Amino acid sequence: MSPTDALLTVTGLQKSFGGNQVLKSIDLDLADGQVTALVGPSGSGKTTVLRCLNGLETPDGGTVAFRDGPSVDFGAKVSRKEALSLRDRSAMVFQTYNLFPHMTVLENIIEGPVRVQKRAHKDAVADAERLLDRVGLADKRNDHPFNLSGGQQQRVGIVRALALQPDLLLFDEPTSALDPELVGEVLTVIKELAEEKWTMVIVTHELAFAREVADEVVFMDGGVVVEHGHPDQVLRTPREERTRRFVQRLLNPF
Amino acid sequence: MDWELLRTSFWPMLSGGLTGTIPLSLASFALGLALALVVALMRISGQPVLSAIARFYVSVIRGTPLLVQLFVIFYGLPSIGLTINPWPSAIIAFSLNVAGYAAEIVRAAILSVPKGQWEAGHTIGMSRNLTLRRIILPQAARVSVPPLSNTFISLVKDTSLASLILVTELFREAQQIASFSQEFLLLYMEAAAIYWVFCLVLSSGQSALEKRLDRYVAH
Repeated sequence: MSPTDALLTVTGLQKSFGGNQVLKSIDLDLADGQVTALVGPSGSGKTTVLRCLNGLETPDGGTVAFRDGPSVDFGAKVSRKEALSLRDRSAMVFQTYNLFPHMTVLENIIEGPVRVQKRAHKDAVADAERLLDRVGLADKRNDHPFNLSGGQQQRVGIVRALALQPDLLLFDEPTSALDPELVGEVLTVIKELAEEKWTMVIVTHELAFAREVADEVVFMDGGVVVEHGHPDQVLRTPREERTRRFVQRLLNPF
Repeated sequence: MDWELLRTSFWPMLSGGLTGTIPLSLASFALGLALALVVALMRISGQPVLSAIARFYVSVIRGTPLLVQLFVIFYGLPSIGLTINPWPSAIIAFSLNVAGYAAEIVRAAILSVPKGQWEAGHTIGMSRNLTLRRIILPQAARVSVPPLSNTFISLVKDTSLASLILVTELFREAQQIASFSQEFLLLYMEAAAIYWVFCLVLSSGQSALEKRLDRYVAH
């Protein structure tokens, strides 16, 4: 695939915190409808990649270019407004959900569409109800987040992201904070989104899930992409020694 | 005990409370809280100059007696040609004072909201200001109710100092009746009792407010 066809092209992305260079030079191409799993050991920089794509961190260098814009070259001087323009295209699902505790489920979901995107309240509510129904939470619309289980909160987190009608969905370890018995309900929702051809980047430690859902697995370590490709190739027959060791460790933790 | 004096002095004192103490407290607290929010935001703005001004302000207010602040404004400023009437002087002094204390409370409350809440606001496209207004402050408000209630209750009692700059409020009524009747113990105890009742009402108001805001928070 040539870069011009990709929904999003990331080239040479760099980010340091203090003296610690977390991203050395990351390249990524995301095709429309492609599900990309970002895997790798803790501290490998995968979450930082997501946060850079969503404007939660400002990269020190590299370009992030959406096919239909915006395209931002962080090597040059970038205004805050320019950097944040990237955010309009993507939506983020957090490891710890980060729902707004003082708002009901419905209010959480329509906050962005109504307050930021200035959509009509009635339409936003109708959309939110439809999305809630899809993830099986229609009856929770007037509950507050603290009344929900972790799995339910994360499904609301996903709906909140979907309600923004983004081109790109970003998942930062969406099941890592969940009790094991609640992981399934969240992964099921993400799998359905994959089947509907949403373009997604998922940072995850669930390798079995990555193999099942992802079109491409990107293995990162030490701030670089060590290896990427089809899930079966990267996770079953890794070419690189570092990838092999990582997969082994996750499969046989003891 | 002079029941007749107790009875005849009660209404002037209560009316001093209702037309002096309470409006003075409410106005000063409202203005002080608004100023406190500004000072708190300056303090956490990350701008060194704004932050230094805010720190200096808080330090001066907390490091000097309220009575001195009151006297500087009412008796001091006229010597540079700035004469302010008793009521506005009192409101200015008390709101500046409340702001000094409340700014630290508001700042701590804002900082107590998890960073993820800012990020969630940003990620749905909200600006810093909108996130602050819609996401952070409502949560900070809940945290700051108990300490701000303390500040308010202190303020209600501190307004008695306004009697020293000729504001007609509860304690000034008490003083005037006491100097006339020479029944100091009785009348000052009576004044104390009325202040206490005011504060009891405020405390129960605080509990009700906390209960209301607690609906959304896990325990």
